Amino acid sequence: MIRAGSALLAVLASSGVALGAGAHSKDDPMHEPMIFWGAGAEVDGTDAGWLSDNDGTLVTWDAYGWVGGDDVKVRFEAEGESHDGDVEESELRGFVSWNIAEFWDFQAGARYDFEPEGLWWAAAGFHGMATYFFETDALVFVSENGDAQLRLEQSIDFAVTQDLFLEPHVEVNAFAEDVPELGVGAGVSDVEIGLQLRYEFSRKFAPYLDLVYERAVGETAGIARAAGDDVEQTTLRIGLRVRL
Amino acid sequence: MLLRAFLALVLALTALPALGAEVRLTVERKDVTVTGRSVSAITFNGQLPGPTLRFREGEDVTIHVTNKLDEDTSVHWHGLLLPGMMDGVPGLNGYPGIKPGETFTYRFKVRQAGTYWYHSHSGAQEQAGMYGALILDPRESEVVKTEREHIIVLSDFSEEDPDEILRNLKNDHSYYNRGRRTIGDFFRDARRNGLGATMRDRLEWGEMRMDPTDMADVSGYTFLVNGQSPTGNWTGLFRADERVRLRFINASAMSYFDVRIPGLKMIVVQADGQDVEPVPVDEFRIAVAETYDVVVTPREDKAYTIFAEPIDRSGYARATLAPREGMTADVPPMRPRTTLTMADMGMAHGGHGGHGAPAEPAQSQGHGGHGDHEAAPPVPAQSQAHGGHSDHDAPAAAREGPPRGWADAATPAGMRALKYSDLRSLTPQKDLREPTQEIVVRLGGSMERYVWTLNGAKAEHASPIELKYGERVKITFVNETMMAHPMHLHGMFVQLINGQPGERLPNKHIVSVAPGQSYSALLTADEPGEWAFHCHLLYHMAAGMMTKVVVARMSAEAK
Repeated sequence: MIRAGSALLAVLASSGVALGAGAHSKDDPMHEPMIFWGAGAEVDGTDAGWLSDNDGTLVTWDAYGWVGGDDVKVRFEAEGESHDGDVEESELRGFVSWNIAEFWDFQAGARYDFEPEGLWWAAAGFHGMATYFFETDALVFVSENGDAQLRLEQSIDFAVTQDLFLEPHVEVNAFAEDVPELGVGAGVSDVEIGLQLRYEFSRKFAPYLDLVYERAVGETAGIARAAGDDVEQTTLRIGLRVRL
Repeated sequence: MLLRAFLALVLALTALPALGAEVRLTVERKDVTVTGRSVSAITFNGQLPGPTLRFREGEDVTIHVTNKLDEDTSVHWHGLLLPGMMDGVPGLNGYPGIKPGETFTYRFKVRQAGTYWYHSHSGAQEQAGMYGALILDPRESEVVKTEREHIIVLSDFSEEDPDEILRNLKNDHSYYNRGRRTIGDFFRDARRNGLGATMRDRLEWGEMRMDPTDMADVSGYTFLVNGQSPTGNWTGLFRADERVRLRFINASAMSYFDVRIPGLKMIVVQADGQDVEPVPVDEFRIAVAETYDVVVTPREDKAYTIFAEPIDRSGYARATLAPREGMTADVPPMRPRTTLTMADMGMAHGGHGGHGAPAEPAQSQGHGGHGDHEAAPPVPAQSQAHGGHSDHDAPAAAREGPPRGWADAATPAGMRALKYSDLRSLTPQKDLREPTQEIVVRLGGSMERYVWTLNGAKAEHASPIELKYGERVKITFVNETMMAHPMHLHGMFVQLINGQPGERLPNKHIVSVAPGQSYSALLTADEPGEWAFHCHLLYHMAAGMMTKVVVARMSAEAK
């Protein structure tokens, strides 16, 4: 745990040098790079009983923040899920993000899981836009126990009107080996497919509906079944996207 | 009643041009309510636009600029020939900018005549209100005599903080795009062009990760004439049969306009402050930071609408010419917004014949042209410059369906729009030497990142363009992006190679290079100093699209 944590700090510190060098200057655009920032969050909630036999209130969140220049940024991401007020999954990721190609950043840093159990991961991957406008995150994690995880996320926006957007999104997780502590097996562990309908009062304030289908697959599904848990779930979530 | 008379008096006084050779400007924040909401603007002398400065050719001018902001500022005299230190770009020629509380005194001799303007060259202060007209009267009388004149300062006013606009673009380049293609557009296009063609079109754009509706980067603007919104309706007076000179200045941060006055023919007599042979037109497209003087002769005792719509058609600027105050004319409906084509990407495929779409005209057009003989081989890029319709796509008479391509202003059949190729210098050019070298300037960038570059470099990494004093060079702009870039060289005019003979090439301080096109211009490097050279779209410059041209006297050669 200490190992991964100090690695993250070291990377952040080294990028801090780059950041500190580029104070925003109005006076001399010829010589001083500029520093920008951004942040946003999506928070939604649902009653699990609406579209399935489950019950309870589900809340999920997904947030990000970044600061930096065109070439190097520091980026934080948080996501998680709670069920009837109990946080079941929660993770925080911190990266240094380097612009390596017009549409791509390479990210390296760390992830810490608060739930289901405190766990450090080293993290690296790509963040950007693939051809045909697919927003893409492809990340590899290696835990302090040596377990490796791959996560792929993609989404795309379709304009219905200039204010109303339809956003299909997909997330796939896979593991190199069985990780009994996390209840996952080797191979693809779970898939999430969703369709978000978002109304942008402004780019910064947009309520949405999100129809999400999640399913455990492969060995992970077997583990879930053995434990008497559901392997799939469909929810209709009501949420709000805020950007700063 | 008394109040109105008082207001009229105040207006009349503030509208008076500052005469004489010594002027004081104070840069200060002031709340303005042009849109109905109170917005903190940065103004000259509390006015938006700033006071009109008026000098005479040959005059020695002293301008004291006091900075009452809590940040640095600067003032640049756009289009003026003057010593580098007086050009007002912080970081160049030893000009330090103006610190808070300080006063900088500009002194220079007026060496030219024409319509120019002035604005901040610090950060995005220009967007916040720091701009005004700068009129230089000729030593003798104007070549084109008019009975009356009005200055028309066009601008794009935002309620947002300019720094916030740039930050929003860095977060999401389509933040301000209110014209994105929708699912409905897909089905409409599929009905019109077939499903296969529409799919291919969408996939082509998707392959490049480019958006054909990206016209203007920033929207949410209120478009102003002399600081007045369309409802404010700035009004200029005339008497029937008077010849009226209208000095158009595009002081916008980001907005190109298509300008017309329904019912009036406009005779273009000046471009970028430099006299040109008269060109009668029905409309013209004015790039950011360009100026055009036109003469109109209203024959009837009625009102006319001056109508200027930005190319993304996100609104319009409107003013009125009228025989008496309070009169209005119909406001014409806005023209449809165009959609970019593959040709705007400099790609010939996509099936529009006739498009030159030169991938490397810079090389192919060679050096033969200008000189003392007939200039300029027929380069399609230059001849189709500006103003839409004309040399490409379907002829205007056969127009149907929505406009296509950046240059398509949806000009109706029979109407004439000004083109760059129409511009002929009124006075013959003196320097007809062949250029000794060609300098290629690639206009590039990434919309996705909102980074803009010259020759692949952002300003902080750019290597300067070094010229020898007195040298004659050719500058070739190769636009590799799908936006037009109004390229501005400080301190010197370039002669735009527009198909006219060498001695008639027009002087320009702005060369607006259409998407995917290449234009060339000639330059005599006869002003020593460090001259800013940049795209005049404010947020492009802020995002890196800037370098400097250094004109150095070689001590050995100078003697």
